[in-house]
Amino acid sequence: MIPTTRMRLRQFLSRYFTNHDLKDEDDFFALGYVNSLFAMQLVLFVEQEFQFTIEDQDLDLDNFRSINALVKLIERKTAYAVS
Amino acid sequence: MRIQLTARQKRDQAAFRAFVEAEIVPYAAQFDQEERLPAEIIGKLTAAGYLGALLPETVGGLGMEMITFGLLHEEVGRGCSSVRSLLTVHSMVAYAILRWGSREQKACWLPKLGRGEVIAAFGLSEPAVGSDAKSIQTTAVQQDDGYVLTGQKRWITGGQIAGLFLIFAQCAGKATAFLVERERQGLRTEPIRGLLGTRGSMLAEVHLDHCWVPAGNRLGGVGFGFTAVALSALDVGRYSVACGCVGIGRACLEASLQYSNQRQQFGVYLKDHQLIQQMITNMITNVRAATLLCYEAGYLKETNSSRAAQAVLVAKYFASTMATQAANDAVQIHGANGCSREYPVQRYLRDAKIMEIIEGSTQIQQLLIAGGAY
Repeated sequence: MIPTTRMRLRQFLSRYFTNHDLKDEDDFFALGYVNSLFAMQLVLFVEQEFQFTIEDQDLDLDNFRSINALVKLIERKTAYAVS
Repeated sequence: MRIQLTARQKRDQAAFRAFVEAEIVPYAAQFDQEERLPAEIIGKLTAAGYLGALLPETVGGLGMEMITFGLLHEEVGRGCSSVRSLLTVHSMVAYAILRWGSREQKACWLPKLGRGEVIAAFGLSEPAVGSDAKSIQTTAVQQDDGYVLTGQKRWITGGQIAGLFLIFAQCAGKATAFLVERERQGLRTEPIRGLLGTRGSMLAEVHLDHCWVPAGNRLGGVGFGFTAVALSALDVGRYSVACGCVGIGRACLEASLQYSNQRQQFGVYLKDHQLIQQMITNMITNVRAATLLCYEAGYLKETNSSRAAQAVLVAKYFASTMATQAANDAVQIHGANGCSREYPVQRYLRDAKIMEIIEGSTQIQQLLIAGGAY
């Protein structure tokens, strides 16, 4: 089975939320499990894993807040690249 | 697995070493005593292209990959931590613009930074804010298609000569980064003198008195944009400081080997005394360990690994504490001579101590490293 975007994100996030059942709409930064380095590591992971560059205009916390938000961002950026 | 520099990296390292031996080592004591870097050394760094180390060749940079960038900072750090500090902060700002700048900001600034026409400085710390960086008090208020900046920055490396400042301020309660040119009305700098170490790194206070900048000078977004801009710049800074500390460690070891091979007490050379050998062994081992940690951090950064940030923290933590210990032992080995300006080891100790405080203090590194382990 080809892993979906959601599955690939969950695999990365599972390293940071080991004792928490992370839901798709949970706000990572509000949960209190992660420090400020996580933001940078998340940006790097998304770029490497999904092969696109996060640009200045993408740097809005709302794009990175939850699995749902990330999926939207990734689909938008990769659809743009494909088209 | 091979832990080995490539032939190209070795050649580059040799070139850096030759530059440092010719242009920096003979003058490092003077930079320290006079508390300044003369225009000549800035010119030499510019001519060599080192100010554009990280920037693409298309904008006049050298397009260095991370290991080579680290080797540059190691070699320069071996010669003079004040010069290396200037390279660090300039590279941090250049990297922040390269990574997060708008098309216009990149077109405007990268060529000038790459060619060394403008020196850049990183303006985060304030009189009341060091480790607690998120609590910066400098404010940015939106006005007339721009922002009015008010506040004060302190301990800004290169602040005496920078033509461009990356200033972090609170904008409607969210931290934001701004590029501020020296010529902007309302920006004023004051030199900071009498420091313990890196005395030549041209530190300044930066006063922002209702300093207006156009909206196009904002770098990255508001809030989260600050996190990305600041952390990615600080990551480059920490990595270069870590490599600079390997340089300090090597300088201490070389000085100690030379001294203990020349000086005699109790009828034998110092190197034949076992307690001296113990200190030399610790230096050799710890410099080697710090070198490998820096190689790992450089490799992980170059390959965009998600483990890179943690590796950089570990490298900086170990290398800076190692440098202080190595310098402490180097002074001890030199005895009273180690306390004299005639020998460089006293300068290595003072500079090494600064490395434990800047780019995230030792204690902050310890908190972040442990925090990242769970």
